[in-house]
Amino acid sequence: MAGLEDLYREIILDHYRSPRNRGELPSPPAQRVEGFNPLCGDEIVVTLEVNDETVSDIKIGGTGCSISQSSASLMSAAVKGKPVTEVRDLIRTFKGMMSIHESTLPGKDSQDEADIEAREAQLLDVDSLGELAALQGVVKFPVRIKCATLSWNTLAQGLDEAEAESEAGSAGA
Amino acid sequence: MAGLIDVAQGLDVETLRKDFPLLAQEVNGHPITYLDSAASSQRPRQVLDAMREYDETTHANVHRGVYGIAEEATHRFEAARVAVGRFIGAPNPSREILFSKNATEGLNLVANTWGRTHLHPGDSILLTEMEHHANIVPWQMLAEERELSIRWIPIDDDGALILDDLERLVDGVKLVGITCMSNVLGTLNPIGDIARVAHAAGAVVVADGAQSVPHLPTDVSTLGCDFLAFSAHKMLGPTGIGVLWGRDELLTPLPPFLGGGEMILDVRKEGFTPNDLPWRFEAGTPPITEAIGLGAAVEYLQAIGMESIRAHEIALTTYAMNTLAERFGDDIRIFGPKDPIQRGGVLSFAYRDIHPHDVSQILDQYGVCVRAGHHCAKPLMRRLGVNATARASFALYNNESDVDTLANALAETGAFFG
Ligand SMILES: Cc1ncc(COP(=O)(O)O)c(C=O)c1O
Repeated sequence: MAGLEDLYREIILDHYRSPRNRGELPSPPAQRVEGFNPLCGDEIVVTLEVNDETVSDIKIGGTGCSISQSSASLMSAAVKGKPVTEVRDLIRTFKGMMSIHESTLPGKDSQDEADIEAREAQLLDVDSLGELAALQGVVKFPVRIKCATLSWNTLAQGLDEAEAESEAGSAGA
Repeated sequence: MAGLIDVAQGLDVETLRKDFPLLAQEVNGHPITYLDSAASSQRPRQVLDAMREYDETTHANVHRGVYGIAEEATHRFEAARVAVGRFIGAPNPSREILFSKNATEGLNLVANTWGRTHLHPGDSILLTEMEHHANIVPWQMLAEERELSIRWIPIDDDGALILDDLERLVDGVKLVGITCMSNVLGTLNPIGDIARVAHAAGAVVVADGAQSVPHLPTDVSTLGCDFLAFSAHKMLGPTGIGVLWGRDELLTPLPPFLGGGEMILDVRKEGFTPNDLPWRFEAGTPPITEAIGLGAAVEYLQAIGMESIRAHEIALTTYAMNTLAERFGDDIRIFGPKDPIQRGGVLSFAYRDIHPHDVSQILDQYGVCVRAGHHCAKPLMRRLGVNATARASFALYNNESDVDTLANALAETGAFFG
């Protein structure tokens, strides 16, 4: 049985209680994207500024549960000041960590936890995630995965839109 | 205390709980405390057994074979229809009870048949702010296609409909869609009063009985609405079957909903002749085993008595509202009417500023099953100013000990989030 401490790690509760980079950047110039979790009605607003291929600033607005809010807060801290390519890698790694759950869902051949963790470590460079690795336990609670990935999907959309706009801008110039 | 109330109302909860195999399960090392019957209720052995017995001894397709078991299957299927009709007081059960997939499909049936034949560009529909999406979206789909406008009956801060302005709101409206009981607030709406005003204005009234039929005595001959939709799985029956009741005189002229077998009298290359009521609205092989299960569920509810069930749920709701208020004071906000007589056994609440997802996650650790989310009522959520609520809902098999377990687990939740 997955315990609560797997889900609610101390870092997660800390980011939930005191979220980092809270608020909204003025848009424009910032890119503003909204994400919805249709299951629960939670809503996240990511505003980000991309300059010189770098996420120079990011803020998180909206409301949600401890998992979606802390994931967004952790994400904002992890990507702020990072080159866009690195941010995209991070999104991929994070979402990879969140999709491993399929092999752990009940009904599949149950593997013991050590096994799963070994596979996770192999598949992903979880160490590269730093504090974000605290969210790993969410995969044991499949209904909460969407909470954890909401802000990441929203950020990915924001990067796509920023890129599309800058391409349109440079094409016009 | 539990004993006193139960004896007074003649409902022996401790004995009837034994009829429900699922209630003997454990969750996360705790006996299950099932408080999500508004989403789907548990089934008694009597229902499960009736379905299995039918499958093992009698199953064949209905309305087709002339051999023995096919005839018996048809007989039992139609008997279930009549039993459900009598349960809700339908004047003409063998014609007015249409089996659907669920309440949602029943409401879509009305939108697609009555709606398409009676609603034209510029017409208006009146709904309430507390409707489930099942009684909103079918009308929005039709409104988009037919250029209809939708008006809304607002609610007050206690979750009651504001009806002062009803006559003006209903003026020129062709259809009123209204829930008998809110699945979020528990509010019981005065269907009869609203129907009188609506009928005087020439509108038909479509009632959503998904939450009320399982918990309150229902008599459509006096209720006032013209259509009533509900689902078996919320009233101790199986999933996969629901009911739409409609007045004979309104159903009779309607065109079919879905096309196929069963719903026709004749088919030629040039066209088809639709079948009589109720089969015109039941294209294809119906959920036969499920109809048998629904029949058994209705029999079970009737044996206990809907008056007793309602009395038990009022007592339990009162106990729950008092317990939560005493233990958590201002930390808990219960949505909806304050008087348990004005509501069903559905308690949506906000606990401090802890997100409902987190509340229900921690409660699950103690075996307590409550729903967290928008409960398919997003316009209502917006009106309440929240994204989601946690919701505990009761059925005849819940007792005061379930409420105490909920309260204890909520206290743990509070401690966890500090
Ligand atoms: C008030 C109300 N109406 C309609 C429905 C839809 O029921 P079903 O999903 O069985 O069609 C529900 C169930 O959630 C409900 O609570």
